[in-house]
Amino acid sequence: MVAANKEMSHEAAANDRVMFGFWVYLMTDLLMFTVLFAVYAVLHGNTAGGPSGRELFSLPLALTETLILLTSSLTCGIGMIAARRGSKKQVLVWFSITFVLGLAFFGLEMKEFAEFIHEGHTLQSSAFLSSFFTLVGTHGLHIISGLLWIVITLAFVLKRGLNPHMIRKLGLLSLYWHFLDIVWIFIFTVVYLMAFV
Amino acid sequence: MTKRRYKFSQGRTIGLTLLGLVSLGLLTSVMLRGNDVALFMPKGSIAREQHSLMMFAVALMLVVAIPTLIIFYFFAWRYRESNNKATYEPNVSHGKFFVLSLWLIPSVIVLTLAHTMWPATHKLDPHRSIASDAKPLTIQVVALRWKWLFIYPEQSIATVNFVQVPIGTPIQFELTADETPMSSFWIPQLGGQLYAMTGHANRLNLMADTQGDYTGRSAEINGAGFAGMKFIARASSKEDFDLWVQKVQLSSNVLNTGEYEKLLKPSENNPANLYSVAQPDLYDTVLMKYSGSHRNHTEHE
Amino acid sequence: MKELLIGKLGWESLPHEWFTIGAAVTFIAMGLVVALVITRLKRWKWLWKEWLTSVDPKKIGIMYFIVAGLMLLRGGLDAIMIWVQQALSTGSSQGFLTADHFQQIFTAHGNIMVFFVAMGFVSGLINYIVPLQIGARDLASPFLNTLGFWLYVAGVIMVNMFFLLGGEYAATGWLGVAPLSGREFSPGVGVDYMIWSLQISGIGTTLGAINFIMTILRMRAPGMTLKKMPLFTWGSLCSMIMAVTVFPLLTATLFLLFFDRYFGTHFFTTTAGGDPMMYTNLIWMWGHPEVYILMLPSFGIFSEVVSTFSRKRIASYTSNVVGMIGVSLFALSVWLHHFFTMGAGANVNAFFGLMTMVIAIPTTVLVFTWIATMYRGRIRFTTPMLWFLGFVGLFSVGGMTGVLLAVPPADFQLHNSLFLVAHFHTMVIGGVLFGIFAGIAYWFPKIAGIRLNERIGKYAFWCWLIGFLMAFTPLYVLGIMGATRRLNHYDASTGWRPFFIMALVGGIIIMVGVALQFVQIIASFIQRRQLIDVTGDPWDGPSLEWSTASPPPSYNFTVIPQVASRDAYWEMKQQGLPEHTFEDIHMPKNTASGIYISVFAFLAGFGFVWNIVWLIIASILGIIICVIARTFNEETEYTLTAEEVEKLESARIKRALAAHASKDEGSAGDMGLLEFVQVVIKWALDVVKSKRWRSW
Repeated sequence: MVAANKEMSHEAAANDRVMFGFWVYLMTDLLMFTVLFAVYAVLHGNTAGGPSGRELFSLPLALTETLILLTSSLTCGIGMIAARRGSKKQVLVWFSITFVLGLAFFGLEMKEFAEFIHEGHTLQSSAFLSSFFTLVGTHGLHIISGLLWIVITLAFVLKRGLNPHMIRKLGLLSLYWHFLDIVWIFIFTVVYLMAFV
Repeated sequence: MTKRRYKFSQGRTIGLTLLGLVSLGLLTSVMLRGNDVALFMPKGSIAREQHSLMMFAVALMLVVAIPTLIIFYFFAWRYRESNNKATYEPNVSHGKFFVLSLWLIPSVIVLTLAHTMWPATHKLDPHRSIASDAKPLTIQVVALRWKWLFIYPEQSIATVNFVQVPIGTPIQFELTADETPMSSFWIPQLGGQLYAMTGHANRLNLMADTQGDYTGRSAEINGAGFAGMKFIARASSKEDFDLWVQKVQLSSNVLNTGEYEKLLKPSENNPANLYSVAQPDLYDTVLMKYSGSHRNHTEHE
Repeated sequence: MKELLIGKLGWESLPHEWFTIGAAVTFIAMGLVVALVITRLKRWKWLWKEWLTSVDPKKIGIMYFIVAGLMLLRGGLDAIMIWVQQALSTGSSQGFLTADHFQQIFTAHGNIMVFFVAMGFVSGLINYIVPLQIGARDLASPFLNTLGFWLYVAGVIMVNMFFLLGGEYAATGWLGVAPLSGREFSPGVGVDYMIWSLQISGIGTTLGAINFIMTILRMRAPGMTLKKMPLFTWGSLCSMIMAVTVFPLLTATLFLLFFDRYFGTHFFTTTAGGDPMMYTNLIWMWGHPEVYILMLPSFGIFSEVVSTFSRKRIASYTSNVVGMIGVSLFALSVWLHHFFTMGAGANVNAFFGLMTMVIAIPTTVLVFTWIATMYRGRIRFTTPMLWFLGFVGLFSVGGMTGVLLAVPPADFQLHNSLFLVAHFHTMVIGGVLFGIFAGIAYWFPKIAGIRLNERIGKYAFWCWLIGFLMAFTPLYVLGIMGATRRLNHYDASTGWRPFFIMALVGGIIIMVGVALQFVQIIASFIQRRQLIDVTGDPWDGPSLEWSTASPPPSYNFTVIPQVASRDAYWEMKQQGLPEHTFEDIHMPKNTASGIYISVFAFLAGFGFVWNIVWLIIASILGIIICVIARTFNEETEYTLTAEEVEKLESARIKRALAAHASKDEGSAGDMGLLEFVQVVIKWALDVVKSKRWRSW
């Protein structure tokens, strides 16, 4: 696909480039997470005499978080369909639900962190805890960025309406959100489920 | 500005270049005379085998490299623009045979080298004990800032920045470090190096076959005192070694906990020191300091 | 209270050693001189509008060259200090540097040369040349381009910042291996400066790589399939795909090291379960591909140079491309060869040794395609071709020593010796840098509109080649003598000193070569009337960039060309050039957001180094706000109507004709060194006599 110099395909070509570029960026983000996963895999047994994942993690909590995030991906997808159909109100509704679900996820995660820290298990306690907090925390940081992104985007949708530029923005946002969901599936498996194997 | 047209004489360039390269080679060889060329003058069995392996690898590569470079520079000279005698074929297209040979030639060389490299890597694995009739000698090495501590567990002696070994006897160096970044234990004339790291016991097997004093050092930067972290490795006859051990055992210098604490403090360019009656499990204590938190990292093979 | 306001900064952070005072004074003086000149010439607005906020990859490319060139001098100064110290410091002499300072110098030297010189030149060349080669007007994202450049500049400032505040740089070696780089063994701010300068510019590189990939894969001219792309574009594509794959690894690893130092985590510590060996693995997983990221564009440059100056298509284009792809793929699988001596078992070592050797196969194939290209060609010995001829000899030697090092038992004797240092300098100087110099010499007429002075160019080449051989042959020998790298002092009994002295002499010759390169550029501008390039195609080049004017207009091409074959421009010249019609052109607007974001990024890094929490928070907020402002800005382009393009083109052609008419076709030939010195002295005397300096 190559850009010709006509008005219509200039826009389309630009859109295509931005989407492609964003995919490439997501791959770089995934590679960063891969390092954190690798580090966790190597260090998760180094508990320095402290508790291991099996002793700390609550599988019900993790499962709840997973379901919340999965649902938020669903609502995000519905919001995206609404965007392509040009329905501004639907977009606002469904992305707002996504935001609330994302916030709930983040809140539960913070609760888990707070509990551990309160009991004296901080990221300074052992290599295991360092890698746990960093891996899960980095994902949480990405979620916060996503939440901020949703708020800003919805604000602009309110102001400018659903023009092609905004639809593209929503497309990128939902790509990002689904990506975070996929990373979380890996976290749920590698960190939480495998701790109990 | 001058009106003289500058002519870049090719013959002169080629001549001068060749002269320059030859002079460089001569100059370096002259400078080398009388010097200790550690890697070419091995004094231990491992170093000898490493030396032959290196010579083989270099020779094999030169088999391709020399003709390639000769052809390359020959073409550069022959097909120069001013040479009207050379054919000019701008649109030549190369067949499959040509492409195949492009890939085949380097593949054959590399695979031949790999064929030797693989078993040699196993044979010269530092962890691998050296086959010999003589009973192996174990020396525990602790890299400190910025000196080397040698503990002879069976002889109950210890030394700093000096190690003596009998020739013809396999030595099993067990390397670790204490409160020191990664260091690399290296006696070039006896064989290759191996890292000494906190929390790990890395085993390096060497054997000296010629008597003499050899320099050893840390080959990995580990702080400001890095350059001074060198030691003497003395290879002596078995009799001289036994005499030396006896002498050190009678030394009034004792390596106990207090003395070790002193050694732990950073210091540079430490002179050689000899101790008797080392705390028998000092080395294991050092390892334990770090291994409590590790999963299962004690010995490497 | 003071801690809250300025973190760990204090009076002792200000320069108080000879080198920090010297550097601080130099930087401030240089800055003042530049500011004064710009003010005097009333060019601030012009500078801001035309250059700093520009998104034109041609302008960004030139800015990369300027910064990389300055950093070459900075890194070169480090090299001189290393040479002098090692020539002096034996026996009872400790040289003129303390051990710690010496270690900081070679650490900075490595960081600067790899991240800011090599990457800078490569980014500059790709920026300028690739869009022209593929028939595009710009990169896919002009904003990411300017952002990437200014993040690079932020990294440059950060790596030099310690002179002004802090007084120390990392003393760990260029990769900051753990646990030496942890808080326990490196408590000062030096390692933090290193982390943040590499982190910020690394993110810039990642963004740039994404941009280049988007451009090459989505913005080629119609008809230019991947198999018709010029080889420099191929080399750049392979390089950037590797960059996008491995720079995130560096980002993550640097963050983890930073967490260890800042938050007290235990990733690479020696206690509480940390694993320093993991740092070594992670950093080299990035580090090895990085050197191929630098090398692949140079491979592409050499392919173009040998083809153009042999007046012949590259022999076996497919093998060349497959070779470059092969190198890229294998480069990702060899990282352990940097630490065979860490003690992995024989199987692991042998595997990585094998993979390393295998890279020699595609590399040798590339050399063979170049030789076959020269066969039955008509070779012109221009400066770019000379760099190529020097490169092949050096690269072959360097490559062989590399394969030797790939044999684990051999590596046990050569690891961390000066043999290793000689090997990688052969690759980086003889390979990467010679390629960059060949590329600059080749494309200079396109970029500046004038040819380079060939005579002084050749002197510069010979100085580099002779200097390099004199500086690094002794290092190979020293390695074989058992000399370890990075030593600030050695015993007289080792007999190493004569070799270090020889290396110093070689180094001085290299510096003369560098000086001559600057002289070459100045001399070329002095003789510009004579050296002007009116055709846009001074070498009879094969690819599309030669079909544009020198330098090209901001929109590169009036009409995006239709491509029918490889070596598109050679083909067009044979078939006859197409007719010109004019169309509307969409151009991106300039933007300052790249600058603003980079300023905030720098401040955030600075805040992290000195623990100034409010600064960190404010800077991160600043970045977020700027990013939002930019990404939600829908007015980022403007249109040049067909009439405006036509007007610009006629004006340009008028200027070209006038330049042609005034071209000095005199038989004077290129200025030599003696003449250059005479001209400069004459000018200086003239200025003094006529008292022109009074008006400055």
